[in-house]
Amino acid sequence: MSSYLYYPGCSMEGSGRSYRESLEGICEPLGISLEEIGDWNCCGATEYVSLSTTPAYAMIARNLAIAAGQKKADEPLVAACSACYLNLAKADHYMGAQPALNTRVNDALGAGGLHYDPGTVRVRHLLEVILNDVGLDKVRAAVKKPLTGLKVAPYLGCMVPRPDVDGTYTNHEQPNDLDRLLRALGADVVDYPLKTECCGGHMTQVAPKVGLELIRRLVAEAERREAVMMVTVCPMCQINIDAYQGEMNAMFHTKHKMPIVFFTQLMGVAFGLEPNKVGVGREYTNASKILAKALKAAPELALAAAGAVPAAHKPRPDKRALPMPRMADSEVEE
Amino acid sequence: MVVAQVSPPEVADAGARFLAEVGAKTAGVSRLEMCIQCGSCGGSCPSADAMDHTPRRLFALMRAGERDKVLRSNTPWMCLSCYHCVVRCPQDILITDVMYALKVIAEEEHTYPNNVGPDFAGVFVGQAKRFGRSWEIGLTARHYLRHFIPRLPGMTPMAFGLFRHGRIGILPHQIKDKKQLQAILRRADELERAR
Repeated sequence: MSSYLYYPGCSMEGSGRSYRESLEGICEPLGISLEEIGDWNCCGATEYVSLSTTPAYAMIARNLAIAAGQKKADEPLVAACSACYLNLAKADHYMGAQPALNTRVNDALGAGGLHYDPGTVRVRHLLEVILNDVGLDKVRAAVKKPLTGLKVAPYLGCMVPRPDVDGTYTNHEQPNDLDRLLRALGADVVDYPLKTECCGGHMTQVAPKVGLELIRRLVAEAERREAVMMVTVCPMCQINIDAYQGEMNAMFHTKHKMPIVFFTQLMGVAFGLEPNKVGVGREYTNASKILAKALKAAPELALAAAGAVPAAHKPRPDKRALPMPRMADSEVEE
Repeated sequence: MVVAQVSPPEVADAGARFLAEVGAKTAGVSRLEMCIQCGSCGGSCPSADAMDHTPRRLFALMRAGERDKVLRSNTPWMCLSCYHCVVRCPQDILITDVMYALKVIAEEEHTYPNNVGPDFAGVFVGQAKRFGRSWEIGLTARHYLRHFIPRLPGMTPMAFGLFRHGRIGILPHQIKDKKQLQAILRRADELERAR
């Protein structure tokens, strides 16, 4: 059992509740334990940094200082929300890179009896922890109900792969991290080139025309790629695409109905947990029926894929056709 | 004959002063003075059409010392914080953080083009300071009543849906040691003002 410090963030207690519920469910099968840091506060999202620099970073750093006091040995601090993860990672990074900021932030922290030395706490995102520490082999071994045939669009969003202050990602625009994880669950992961495009963040609140257009692009592309649901790692992306899809449809006279769930929810379902125990059904655009249908069909599809049942006749490519490149990683088992 | 255009010294000085001012306000090391005007930022920006100047043009205006034009521009307010430009910038300029710095200065001098963005940030931060946590329902209700009354009829079923699915609590979550947080933020405000 590897243990981690955990920063939930405000969304996990409210609109992103299904993220928290599903995360709690998958910790045991993954062999990780998350210890919430004591009396954590809001990270300020993208709002406080737009208002005032030192207070914004002092607010984030209070969490880092608490984590530094609480950590045992090399325990990293894990965040699941993309914005929280980035704010914590950036505060640690910028306090190290900019001594003047470090001095001011620590002066402020001192007023609350706290202190933080940049570099003390390593901030990591949940997805990266699952991929690098737990590993896909362990994930595959925990799968009891493979999601065979469930066509999903992996939507990573912005703030996990970018700006990547710690240099974790080699590919900032088309990383295949989420694809690989979802494939390990047996899902049929569609090629989704908009996987790290922006959902608009707070634009649904401050400039709806801009925000809704970004949501339209993401949903329309997922649908064009024949995905039946989108899968995300971020509560902001989830609520934008889920709850604002109706307003987006009204604005563009479209009829999209694309559910979006957290990757941890699909992990939970694949690990054999009941969908409603991992928050499936809390979405505004409901994913329950699609998921139930896929789970029902999955065993047969899985047998067919394993070669136990003769697969449906595969049409031969036309002899006159040019040889077409195929996506290697969708054929080969990693 | 091609004559190189050289900015008159007073323009160059005003530009250098403004670059230094924004650089000092930026949280990380901005590297703003390294901009080579290649335009990768504007070309990568998903909200560039909504901006009155692309980031590249905004940086050119900064260098030309056009402080007022820059601070009245809507560009920073249309920035999505998606960091596409940041990972593509060949000069490693912290473009997103520069946009935050410009918003901070525009907030201080009240030069923002409209008050929707500043208001949202202000209310969000006000609640986060008071409770130590963000308060989703309080924030959105207040924001829509103030700025988007025509959107309310469409929003009401959504709010009910979220409520029915247990995704919105009525009362804000609060941290235990609000005094400590507020003491830290008071001191941070003083330090920010003293800069």
